[in-house]
Amino acid sequence: MTDASPSPIKMAARDVSVFYGAKRALNDVSIDIDMDHVTAFIGPSGCGKSTFLRTLNRMNDTIPSARVDGTITLDGEDIYAPAMDVVQLRARVGMVFQKPNPFPKSIYENVAYGPRIHGLAASKAQLDATVEDALGKAGLWGEVKDRLSDSGTALSGGQQQRLCIARAIAVDPEVILMDEPCSALDPIATAKIEELIHELKGRYAIVIVTHNMQQAARVSQRTAFFHLGTLVEYGPTPDIFTNPREDRTKDYITGRYG
Amino acid sequence: MTEHTVKAFDEDIGELRGLIAEMGGLAEQAIARAIEALSKHDLEAARQVVEDDRKIDALEGEVERLAIRLIALRAPMADDLREVVAALKIAAVVERIGDYAKNIAKRVPAIEGHGDIEPLSLLPAMARMAGEMVHDVLDAFAARDAAAAIRVNESDRQVDDFYDAIFRVLVTFMMENPKSIGQVAHLLFVAKNLERIGDHATNVAEMVHYAATGERMAERERGGSAAVTL
Repeated sequence: MTDASPSPIKMAARDVSVFYGAKRALNDVSIDIDMDHVTAFIGPSGCGKSTFLRTLNRMNDTIPSARVDGTITLDGEDIYAPAMDVVQLRARVGMVFQKPNPFPKSIYENVAYGPRIHGLAASKAQLDATVEDALGKAGLWGEVKDRLSDSGTALSGGQQQRLCIARAIAVDPEVILMDEPCSALDPIATAKIEELIHELKGRYAIVIVTHNMQQAARVSQRTAFFHLGTLVEYGPTPDIFTNPREDRTKDYITGRYG
Repeated sequence: MTEHTVKAFDEDIGELRGLIAEMGGLAEQAIARAIEALSKHDLEAARQVVEDDRKIDALEGEVERLAIRLIALRAPMADDLREVVAALKIAAVVERIGDYAKNIAKRVPAIEGHGDIEPLSLLPAMARMAGEMVHDVLDAFAARDAAAAIRVNESDRQVDDFYDAIFRVLVTFMMENPKSIGQVAHLLFVAKNLERIGDHATNVAEMVHYAATGERMAERERGGSAAVTL
């Protein structure tokens, strides 16, 4: 079942609340994100799971009316501290979105862009190696190695999403946040992403928001259930799906919610 | 229990429970009829019990088909998942209980002229108790009632006590009437079958408990384990 040894905590949230103007979207969420596990956030639309995901790399900063209370740490370091460089933070905590959003540039440039602006490659040869490595880890290298100068947008949806994952990986992140990464993909492309998540597990802390409970059950080791802006239950995925403690969790996962 | 948003899900679960209840009803009836056939030496009734066991077997197939369809199409979770898996396992156990009743019925022709065998009067009472366990445990399943499942386990002790008493009486009887050993040995098997039915009912009780609560039944509530019946 689940391993007994506690995983090192990569990110920790304590009493995190998010407000959009006067509206409170998230209430006092406290959670630890493990390095060695894939963590899934599930819950009905508007439950706050995506809002919370976005606090983990300060994506909510771009929304003028949003305010975040509480503390979130990455390796013990407060990511909302004034000294925190947000650009640097987002390189360490990468994000993959619902709709694949490659830059309208070549496949190569899509992946090379991040390492280049972050100064992670000293030479063209090193940049080439970084691009190959990232595409390889994203399971895309074999499919695109002969057409790296083609536009990223010319790839299929599933390939575009893996390209976005390669783009996130290229800057050597520590955490990868995925916001419904498969909702625009067909089942085969979805399976490839899920397999990729499995491959990447342990190398990066991975947090995935999904509406597909079967997907959460398949890819994650920890599941958090959110409802009405509150973290209702958080535990090992097999426990959540076979024997949840909270009635609200049970009603949601068994399809009795409403 | 709140209804599922998808009503067809509730219908499927309801159908599954209905099949289990039907199987249980038939098995309970088979036990009672087999013992009655034995007491009255009614060969026709015994033959009927053997034949009716096919219905139980067919229902087990139905349960399996429906449970697999439900898992494939509805992807049940949490207590729903536990219930579907329990139904699948319970159907196999009830089928086995039916086989024990059938086995009792098959022995009826071999036992003749036993009117003076005293323990025969104990068998119907033991059969009633075993039948009640089957009945009560399937009621507990239908109601998702863990407490009722624990009570069923407690009554297994009485079935075991019956068996021990009948065993002693039959062995004594055989020693005193060596010519009857062939027939009385069959009665020993009948008692053993009833004892096994009680044990199977306790297995079902453990499944019901897990389906209802998500927790394994505690060792002490499984009961009977201290007194090993032969």
